[in-house]
Amino acid sequence: MSAAHTLVDLLAGRRDAATLGRGEWDGVISAARAEAMLATLAHRLADATVPPAVAALFADQRAAAATAQQQALWEAEMARRALAPRGIEFVLLKGTAYAAAGLSCSEGRQIGDLDILVIAPDVRRAENALLNAGWEWVKSDPYDDHYYREYMHELPPLIHKTRDRMIDVHHTILPRTHRTTPDALAMVSDAVRSHDGFAVLSPADMACHCAAHLIADGDLQGGLRNLWDFHCLTRDFAAADAHFWGKLDGRAELHGLRATVDRAARLARDIYGAELPPGWDRHVTGDGWFRRRLLARDDWGRSRNWLLQQAFYLRSHWLRMPPAMLARHLWTKWRKR
Amino acid sequence: MRYATRIAVGPVQFRIGSDWRAPIAAIERLYAGYPRDDARPADAAVRLFAARPWRRWLRPSVHIGGDFTVPDALPLPLSMGLLAAEMGMNLQVALGWRRHLLLHASAVARDGRALVMSGESGSGKSTLAALLGEEGWRLMGDEFTLVDPVSGDALAFPRAVSLKNAAIGEVAERVAPERLGPLLARTPKGDIRHLIPRAEAIAAMHEPARPALILFPRFGGAAAVEPMGEGEAFVRLTEASTNYVALGEAGFATLARLVRETPAFAVSYPDSASGRALVEGLWAEAVR
Repeated sequence: MSAAHTLVDLLAGRRDAATLGRGEWDGVISAARAEAMLATLAHRLADATVPPAVAALFADQRAAAATAQQQALWEAEMARRALAPRGIEFVLLKGTAYAAAGLSCSEGRQIGDLDILVIAPDVRRAENALLNAGWEWVKSDPYDDHYYREYMHELPPLIHKTRDRMIDVHHTILPRTHRTTPDALAMVSDAVRSHDGFAVLSPADMACHCAAHLIADGDLQGGLRNLWDFHCLTRDFAAADAHFWGKLDGRAELHGLRATVDRAARLARDIYGAELPPGWDRHVTGDGWFRRRLLARDDWGRSRNWLLQQAFYLRSHWLRMPPAMLARHLWTKWRKR
Repeated sequence: MRYATRIAVGPVQFRIGSDWRAPIAAIERLYAGYPRDDARPADAAVRLFAARPWRRWLRPSVHIGGDFTVPDALPLPLSMGLLAAEMGMNLQVALGWRRHLLLHASAVARDGRALVMSGESGSGKSTLAALLGEEGWRLMGDEFTLVDPVSGDALAFPRAVSLKNAAIGEVAERVAPERLGPLLARTPKGDIRHLIPRAEAIAAMHEPARPALILFPRFGGAAAVEPMGEGEAFVRLTEASTNYVALGEAGFATLARLVRETPAFAVSYPDSASGRALVEGLWAEAVR
């Protein structure tokens, strides 16, 4: 039983925290830290019986996460003040969106950069507005800059010069060169308002984006957190709307993300015990690789299974760009090492 | 990890894992007199590791990691494994600790009141704290001072004092040799030798002390004392804190209270003797 298994068992509620041996907490805490989920775990186990030292650490984590969320929402407000006067509308994505919408996965969720989505024609104006409002370019490498602008789904990251916070301005949710091209315009048009006036994706689109981010756009590094997001989102949306799974299916179809969303749902079932409706509740052989990749974390928080990591790294690039371009890209990156 | 140990410094329980035995043995020797509770889960994990498996034997070099890792940080030779462990512990506390406001400052206490000394590397704050710790003061720490957001008290983090260069000789002549660690010559930070705090200081490491005086020492130049306003002390301490921003409003309130309630001075001193005399004078004023 690896530390990552114990971590997901605790999150899923399959294991009572009171039954953990004294030697197990170290591994769970390190694995949770490595997955950026320690504060999430602290929320999940807020009422559980844990050793006093763990309870104190969890209390620290909950308080720190609450402050970090407040700061992340403030950053969203700063972006609104920079963009709204120029008539540029944006949709919040990922962690900041979950916090703005008060969704359950935001409890303790670590929020890194501010991610926003604008329609493609507004991207350059948004960049200018942000540059005028104190954000600066981070990447000085011309190849990376060019790569972002030509092929990616977002601008090169910008950082605010006094607040030291990054913003990622997206115009769609997967790289331009990706095999799948979701309908970003439909996502923006169907966005909904959170209670404090920020636009966030509709429930089905939010789950689609979460699944795309997890399964289609990376090497699954830190994927347990994204999968937890997906699990909480779909569970809560389905509880509020009996037709949610059907809507999600239709929306995934529209974005070309059906297999991706299906897989995320099955992994949420396998790892976090999600209950899936009939039709979703299937068993697919390839999922085993994903489960192994997601749980490849030892009791010192280290990534395990180097070969599997490399395989998923290559897969992420394979999905992201056509073969000739991939060869060129990896060659350029390798020469610069 | 192949080798591991646990140590508690102030409120922080560390577990330290290593690919080699030597750094663990060195840290266990240095911290042998500290209270040890192996059943307590760790707050922070430090890893000392070889970047490639063969580098455990072939030109072994120690990478520093753990819960938090600085990308691209240069490794240290195995002979400096003790320094690597110390740097790893500092890193985890600096980046991970959230229970208290963390100041990059040394502190000593007397009669339940604390003197906090903040300054850059080379300001003499470590040496001054170490010397005061041998002369009737309780050493609270030479690197970090924790301030409790609830009570406003200072809490100790009395790790082994990291003496550097000329300070090694100055302190070594005053203490028993068994209280000194091995000499780590020509490290990236100069020569280093660790001083184990007095047993009383270690035994009292969980006792909070109300801050009574804040000093910003500067070693070198003529002896001088300059009172510092609350605003300047506040700004300088935000710069000396690694978690002020992360603590948000609690950090602001804690630091504002500290500078409002505690007189602060910038002091320069040409040598340790005059530094200690300055401290004693200002302390007598502060606690009167």
